[in-house]
Amino acid sequence: MTTRIKDLAVSDNGFVFDPYSGSSFTTNAVGLHIIRRLQANASRSAILQSLDERFEGLTETLDRDLDDFLLVLRQQKLVDPDFRL
Amino acid sequence: MNRKLTVAITGLNATDNPGPGVAVARALRDAPEHIGRIVGLAYDSMEPGIYQAELVDDVFLIPYPSQGSEALLRHLEHVIAQTGVDVIIPTLDSELGNFIAVEPALRALGVGLFLPTAEQLELRSKPQLTRLSENSALPVPHTLILPDVGDVESIEAEVGYPVAMKGAFYGAEIATNVHEAIAAYHKLLAKWGGPIIAQRFIDGESELNVVAVGDGKGGLIGAVPMKKTVLTDKGKGWAGVAIRDEALMEITRQFMATTRWRGPCEIELIRSRTGENYIIEINPRFPAWCYLSAGAGMNLPLAVAQLASGEVVKPMSDYRAGTMFVRISLDQIVDLEDFGQLTSLGELSRWNHKAAKKAAS
Amino acid sequence: MNKLPYERPVLVPHRTGLMNKFGGMPSMEPMPRIGGVAVSELLETYGSPLFVFDETTLVERYHELRDALMRRYPKVRMAWSMKTNYLDGVVKVFQREGAWIEVVSGFEWEKAIRQGFPADHIHFNGPFKPRPDLERALLAGTFVHIDHFDELLLAETIAQEHGIHPKVAIRLNMKVEGAPHWSRFGFNLESGEARDAANRILAGGHLELVGLHCHLGTFILDPNAYRLSATKLATFANELRKEHGVVVEFIDVGGGIPSHNTLKAQYLPGSQATPAVSRYAEALADGLATLDLPPSKMPTLVLENGRALVDDAGYLVSRVHATKRLSDGRRALVMDAGVNVLFTSYWYKHEVRPTRDIRGVSEASVLVGPLCMNIDVIRETLMFPPVNAGEPLVFSQVGAYNVTQWMQFITYRPAVVMVGADGQHSLLRRRETLESIVDHEELPAWL
Repeated sequence: MTTRIKDLAVSDNGFVFDPYSGSSFTTNAVGLHIIRRLQANASRSAILQSLDERFEGLTETLDRDLDDFLLVLRQQKLVDPDFRL
Repeated sequence: MNRKLTVAITGLNATDNPGPGVAVARALRDAPEHIGRIVGLAYDSMEPGIYQAELVDDVFLIPYPSQGSEALLRHLEHVIAQTGVDVIIPTLDSELGNFIAVEPALRALGVGLFLPTAEQLELRSKPQLTRLSENSALPVPHTLILPDVGDVESIEAEVGYPVAMKGAFYGAEIATNVHEAIAAYHKLLAKWGGPIIAQRFIDGESELNVVAVGDGKGGLIGAVPMKKTVLTDKGKGWAGVAIRDEALMEITRQFMATTRWRGPCEIELIRSRTGENYIIEINPRFPAWCYLSAGAGMNLPLAVAQLASGEVVKPMSDYRAGTMFVRISLDQIVDLEDFGQLTSLGELSRWNHKAAKKAAS
Repeated sequence: MNKLPYERPVLVPHRTGLMNKFGGMPSMEPMPRIGGVAVSELLETYGSPLFVFDETTLVERYHELRDALMRRYPKVRMAWSMKTNYLDGVVKVFQREGAWIEVVSGFEWEKAIRQGFPADHIHFNGPFKPRPDLERALLAGTFVHIDHFDELLLAETIAQEHGIHPKVAIRLNMKVEGAPHWSRFGFNLESGEARDAANRILAGGHLELVGLHCHLGTFILDPNAYRLSATKLATFANELRKEHGVVVEFIDVGGGIPSHNTLKAQYLPGSQATPAVSRYAEALADGLATLDLPPSKMPTLVLENGRALVDDAGYLVSRVHATKRLSDGRRALVMDAGVNVLFTSYWYKHEVRPTRDIRGVSEASVLVGPLCMNIDVIRETLMFPPVNAGEPLVFSQVGAYNVTQWMQFITYRPAVVMVGADGQHSLLRRRETLESIVDHEELPAWL
């Protein structure tokens, strides 16, 4: 992983700022949670488990949702192109 | 005295082609005895006026006009519940239709607007303006509507060259012969859509504008004529001066009488070298330079806020001719938190914070 | 600690000019029911994708336009524009409400007769009426609107051969501000061609000229265009009376009144940009006021609207089959219906809504169809809330032209149903099966 995601400024309201590119983003509560877990170097299973603890109504698409989110992080160059969980 | 009004305004896009919202807010701030809280309604969290904390107390993002009046009303209901808005002053062309559509629903919620009707809005559209002039003494340069490129041929006989080719909403080019006219026709059509109109080109000596407010019954509440003294390379006025001109006032009064205009408008005119005035365009809202009216002693934005709230406003005639304005650009420093909050939550309120600060001091 | 409801994680980049889609309020009102019936019930009963027509809206639109006209002009006839939608069930609603019908082909004429329209309640338009179609219509007493001189001569020949004196109308085209110039249909007014056609009919003595017709074009957003066309038609009628003593029975102003759809080039939504029908009615009545006739001789005003009556009543329910992330970051929703059935998505930004309230951050999304073709896009980029595979979405204002212009391509055309006023629903057209298609195929004997 690049350090870029670690340096993202993330606020509770879902506003995300990348100080390297100057780009900003909006994320939702689940996205925010995942970003914070990634910043703490959490593993895939740890992230999935913590999502289960924090959120209710998890859908069967959870795994794919997480992969899609990681794809977006790669597209936005917030993690390395080869980063996988 | 009546209680202070809470006023919501749009058009905080004070860019190089500025929206009128900042000017309207400044004019309202000049009347602290009448105006309390000012709520900004923005379409984008990058509208510069949002970050003028002393001008707007709160900012709410509202849906783009393309999302229609139903979405607008739902957002406005939320804004009204949060801030207790008394009146709204929309200031942008593209949003007026939506605000006119939701006016009855807003009135039911106790919120006032002072806007033209949909019919009045239509009357001053470029293609209709000619018809308006045919039925009144309003001076509009002879205009031909060209539904088809083949109609360009008739310009020669009916209008003559040079001619100003214009899109229905935006865009203008001068053509000096049929070939240029055809080229301009295609260019304008591709860029701005039809119908294209051909208007007699007036070799102007000066550009004159009037900011005015009509009472909706054919009368004039007040008007300030202005002569542009500096133009940007886009042809926008960057500096101007309030003038005294009975001919312009007469045209303005006639426009109000003919259309029974309700609310603010800007009449754009050109004065030919031989001294005749021609109406080029009528904008159904305040112009971006409307703070000049307050500066010259006739606060028209305040008048509209009061009219929208149902107060009686007497016609005004006094203003200081010679009041001059020069625009300025400056770079504001913006708190990333404010930008983030507005972008993520769609609202940014400074009102309670300001009140607390006031109480502490 | 209370758990939060799960929403698919999203991260949406901020772009100037697109920064107001993220606020807490949902900007998309869900559409759980059509005409009072739950979309879920319709899908369970008939499957997806599914066209749904709301009878109540059909009736409302019909009366809105007709009543607006009748308040301003004494004699009004509505002739349903069959090409817009010729499903029996849809046509039946207008027939029940008292409409005549307007056809533009031999097929449509046959279908109208089959449905019980008297031949003399049919207006027959269009540039292509082969001899058998023309002959049949003239003999049956249908009002044929003559489009060109070849047709005029053929109609005269037919009349002569059969010893009949059929009532006909001529179609005119004209230049009018606010409408495109559709000069390929009918006789041109400004050049005098229309007058020549009228003179020819009157001089020939084989046909009776009873009507004048002009269809300006389609999706005419300027009501004033109708004021001008009605004025020109009325002036022409006045001249016919003055010069030849001919008083026409009807003036047909065609169709062309827009629905509340949004053209791709339009910025404001159709719900706002489309003028009220009362303004069209007012413009038409104003124009016809030019008629210089005693009240008893006033011609009937005929309208041939289709889109304005049926578009707003039609919906397409389509399920999200899959979602994927495009390389440019947009989310693509692969729908189970494409341009093969939603033909009008080529020129409209059809409104599309979920059937339930979906909270969450909207993403730039593109809605694509099931065809293996790049052009199969039924809604270009819009900000759409997070949905997963299986989610039903409702496309609005799809009632005009789709179920006539749709194509059978690599799959079966979907079922069409109608929702009645009291919550009942029923098929208008079954989903196609393999038999519907192979039934018309033949295999050469040598294969």
